[in-house]
Amino acid sequence: MWIYEKKLQYPVRVSKCDPYMARLLLEQYGGADGELAAALRYLNQRYTIPDKVIGILNDIGTEEFAHLEMIATMVYKLTKDATPDQLKAAGLADHYVNHDKALFYQNAAGVPWTASYIQAKGDPLADLYEDIAAEEKARATYQWLIDMTDDVDLQDGLKFLREREIVHSTRFREAVEIIKDDRGKKRFF
Amino acid sequence: MVNSQVRVYKPFIGPFDPCPPLPYRTYVVPPNQYIVFQPLDWPQFSLAEALKLGTLWPNLYSPYESKSKRVEEVGSDGEPV
Ligand SMILES: [Fe+2]
Repeated sequence: MWIYEKKLQYPVRVSKCDPYMARLLLEQYGGADGELAAALRYLNQRYTIPDKVIGILNDIGTEEFAHLEMIATMVYKLTKDATPDQLKAAGLADHYVNHDKALFYQNAAGVPWTASYIQAKGDPLADLYEDIAAEEKARATYQWLIDMTDDVDLQDGLKFLREREIVHSTRFREAVEIIKDDRGKKRFF
Repeated sequence: MVNSQVRVYKPFIGPFDPCPPLPYRTYVVPPNQYIVFQPLDWPQFSLAEALKLGTLWPNLYSPYESKSKRVEEVGSDGEPV
């Protein structure tokens, strides 16, 4: 079970009216390497991984939902006051006719999220290496998103999220070491 | 600003490229790539700093600056910025 805290993990500030950026940010909302995919991937893999690393998947999977909320907040702020004409100019007309201003799990190109983005192989090494790759891809996506805006406040939130991917990648690589090392010998950290 | 985590490489420039070639490309290698298992007793940021930067550990911190409004990765002298 989860306990919900009614606040964001990191404050989201958006200072420039740029509805087009909302469209780009959807890549991290409902994209292949986005936060939804990350959260569902890790939380699902928990059931078939050695006990020692379940906690890592649990913690990181939970944090990804906190990141999803931050992205949602960014998208919402960038679109909530936009007129239909402004959304059209931002390339969001196709989004508008299907969803109005509702958020939807799709990537920056409008492709809906699919479970095919994530994997659960049941093999701890295969799963953890997928997770490491997912973190590096999310880090790279955040870099390209940061490159796409000159809003320093939005950049600030995105930089925080990028750094979290680096920490997650480290933890998953430690998880690989933990399961590699499980050969009956005791090791203390 | 020099960022020691940035790596630079020169892509091949063809004689018939349709657009003015960009002489360099860059990518970031965050410091975690050299850490197999985080040791105990690493130095820590202050809590306020850690909350802002996204990590408690200076050894895991990777700065990244936007390339928005900049000539892609190259200064006017053709050198990487
Ligand atoms: Fe992550």
